[in-house]
Amino acid sequence: MTKIPGKQMVVEAFKKEGVDIVFGFPGGAIIDVYDALEKDGSIKHVLVRHEQGAAHAADGYARASGKVGVCIATSGPGATNTVTGIATAYMDSIPMVVLTGQVPTGLIGNDAFQEVDIVGITRPCTKHNYLVKDVKDLPRILKEAFYLARSGRPGPVLIDLPKDVQNARAEFKYPEKIKLRSYNPVVEPHGKQIERAFKLIERAKQPVIYAGGGVIIANAHKELTKLAEYIHAPVTMTLMGLGCFPGTSELSLGMLGMHGTYCANMAMANTDLIIAVGARFDDRVTGKIEAFAPNASIIHIDIDPTSIQKNVRVDVPIVGDCRRALKKLVKAVEADGRPPEVWKERAQPWFDQINAWKKRHPLTYKEEPGVIKPQQVIEKLYELTKGKAIITTEVGQNQMWTAQFYKFDEPRTLLTSGGLGTMGYGFPAAIGAQMAFPDKLVVDVAGDGSIQMNIQEMATAMEQRLPVKIVILNNQFLGMVRQWQELFYNKVYAATEFSVTPDFVKLAEAYGAKGFRATKPEEVDETLKKGLETEGLAIMEFAIAREEGVFPMVPAGKATTEMLLV
Amino acid sequence: MKHTLSVLVENEPGALSRITGLFSGRGFNIESLCVAPTLDKTMSHLTLVTNGDEAIIEQIIKQLNRLVDVYKVVDVSEGEFVEREMALIKVRAEDETRAEVLRMCDIFRCKVVDVSPKTYTIEVTGPESKLRAVTELLNPLGIKEITRTGTIAIQREKKTI
Ligand SMILES: Cc1cc2nc3c(=O)[nH]c(=O)nc-3n(C[C@H](O)[C@H](O)[C@H](O)COP(=O)(O)OP(=O)(O)OC[C@H]3O[C@@H](n4cnc5c(N)ncnc54)[C@H](O)[C@@H]3O)c2cc1C
Ligand SMILES: Cc1ncc(C[n+]2csc(CCOP(=O)(O)OP(=O)(O)O)c2C)c(N)n1
Ligand SMILES: [Mg+2]
Repeated sequence: MTKIPGKQMVVEAFKKEGVDIVFGFPGGAIIDVYDALEKDGSIKHVLVRHEQGAAHAADGYARASGKVGVCIATSGPGATNTVTGIATAYMDSIPMVVLTGQVPTGLIGNDAFQEVDIVGITRPCTKHNYLVKDVKDLPRILKEAFYLARSGRPGPVLIDLPKDVQNARAEFKYPEKIKLRSYNPVVEPHGKQIERAFKLIERAKQPVIYAGGGVIIANAHKELTKLAEYIHAPVTMTLMGLGCFPGTSELSLGMLGMHGTYCANMAMANTDLIIAVGARFDDRVTGKIEAFAPNASIIHIDIDPTSIQKNVRVDVPIVGDCRRALKKLVKAVEADGRPPEVWKERAQPWFDQINAWKKRHPLTYKEEPGVIKPQQVIEKLYELTKGKAIITTEVGQNQMWTAQFYKFDEPRTLLTSGGLGTMGYGFPAAIGAQMAFPDKLVVDVAGDGSIQMNIQEMATAMEQRLPVKIVILNNQFLGMVRQWQELFYNKVYAATEFSVTPDFVKLAEAYGAKGFRATKPEEVDETLKKGLETEGLAIMEFAIAREEGVFPMVPAGKATTEMLLV
Repeated sequence: MKHTLSVLVENEPGALSRITGLFSGRGFNIESLCVAPTLDKTMSHLTLVTNGDEAIIEQIIKQLNRLVDVYKVVDVSEGEFVEREMALIKVRAEDETRAEVLRMCDIFRCKVVDVSPKTYTIEVTGPESKLRAVTELLNPLGIKEITRTGTIAIQREKKTI
């Protein structure tokens, strides 16, 4: 067998893993891999303007497509620039492979030029990582990296590749199959546990399905919908779960938690059975843990045992892939023999209560003459895109208004940084999503603060001719933080007001894109239409009510029934 | 509650720091940690003493298992087990106390492993409670230095990890 250099192995492995696009930024320690990529020519490389952008773009690509996202950076500053993107992907369980260059093995530990211990730095925010010291290990490590990234609970995996290893030669035997004795995620749920779960479901009078990001990761939206419709159970979703069940369904309660709907939080407080599917009882969801769902038994389906019993006591833990678990549950329900109509009739009193909650405090906002309300922009965006766009968000109020007022019907249509809450995520993620789906409409809903954190990627989008649309809800505030200051810090707006923001229309034009602005409510429609109809990259800026808040809101540490309402 | 965990882990660079990083990053305690190779050269065996309530110990075990390099975790303190620790203690041993130190060694079945005109160095092996008793009794005589191995443990009877 002929020997090939490490850099060539990287390219060959990418091809074997079905990687067609990588995002990255070159430098001395990774130049050899770039050379091999270029000479091979079959893998599209997207040159970003900042390595954080590359990591988020790979993440957006992964979330939109379900495939492993790949990004490449050089050693030292290139590697450290990816860290926020890696941590973002880690918190939201996104499959990603990050390849960083490293100084030659002989120099490691010597404070060499652009040396940083990226494996040490990323140990707590990767699923696993590797420093490759011997080129003979490289084929196996590449194979393992992709396998680990996408199997079990997915996550980012980093490979640190010293420059000499990139050029050292060895035989390239790419393992076909992989078996790691110390890594065996449980995929198949236990039959006994399914039976026990079914018994609880059968007895429950007021069940709620609490669905999270795991349903999207597992591509289990059809199975989830089937179960919910069969047993006629209401479904509430976490921020990460939005889209895993049709938001327009009459069974949907919308999002729960800190900025969830009144109805969802009341249902959780009163339910006698929570069926948690691929959701991890985050503190944004539970609020004050002692007051969370006091009357409920809990069934918890999750592929990661650490998610179960971490924050709340669980009655029936089901470890495994939720798609399989849901399939089995549906089977159990069908085998039981009661037709859906019977379940529906039984659920009627519960739904009477739910509908009363829905009616009492629906999601709403106050209109003000002459001022654009952000919720109005999102509603209009929903209407004009017919709910069919891939929406990414930045972080803050813009993100929450999107979660509340855009009704997501399909999985992988909302890409948002939930766990880490990374400002600057949305735009590069939109670039990644657009690369995965060139023909779909991709919109980043942004705040004026967040968009400036990775605005440099405008150039990337122009270079790739990506028709990404950016909706900026400009309140000239770090609005979400301002809202906390308003409510809990006596309106002392410490460091949250911008006295200077760029002219976003001109900024768009500076990059060669189109820019539109609306300052009055009656301009919203027209501005959105113009922006969405633009062929290429476009910014639509909306001067919104500056001190608008996101409601409902559960103050941090309070019970989820203690909601501040509009 | 104190728990003694036996962990089998791949003998890979960085594996130990993944484990210690997990404990520090998630705010778990490590009371003692002992690492050594096993008969199988590709694995290391690690004995880890920690404390916490049931829920915390459950999380610790699950989080350890989640690490890609960790092969197996057993809470040996759940069943019957033997635990041992060794200490080397350098005690002042001058005219008036020399005999006293030796007498105590005798009682606790310790070994004198180094002798100098003014000190004895004593090797003590046993469960942690014995080490504590010995140090408490030697302390008044003047302990100059002490090093301990940390606890190692093994399940009783036929069970193996
Ligand atoms: C400003 C801001 C406000 C927020 N407010 C809210 C809020 O009001 N409400 C809210 O819900 N969130 C909110 N969040 C998001 C919140 O921080 C968490 O990110 C989110 O609640 C976690 O969602 P999740 O439980 O679905 O878990 P995810 O992070 O999506 O985790 C997925 C779970 O599924 C499991 N899983 C993965 N694959 C599978 C599989 N194949 N089978 C089974 N299980 C699998 C994983 O092990 C994990 O436990 C907010 C975030 C920000 C930044
Ligand atoms: C990188 C980063 N820094 C700081 C924060 C804290 N933070 C959360 S929301 C927010 C305000 C965001 O402002 P903007 O993008 O204008 O959005 P708005 O809330 O006004 O819609 C800040 C600073 C964060 N989430 N991420
Ligand atoms: Mg703002």
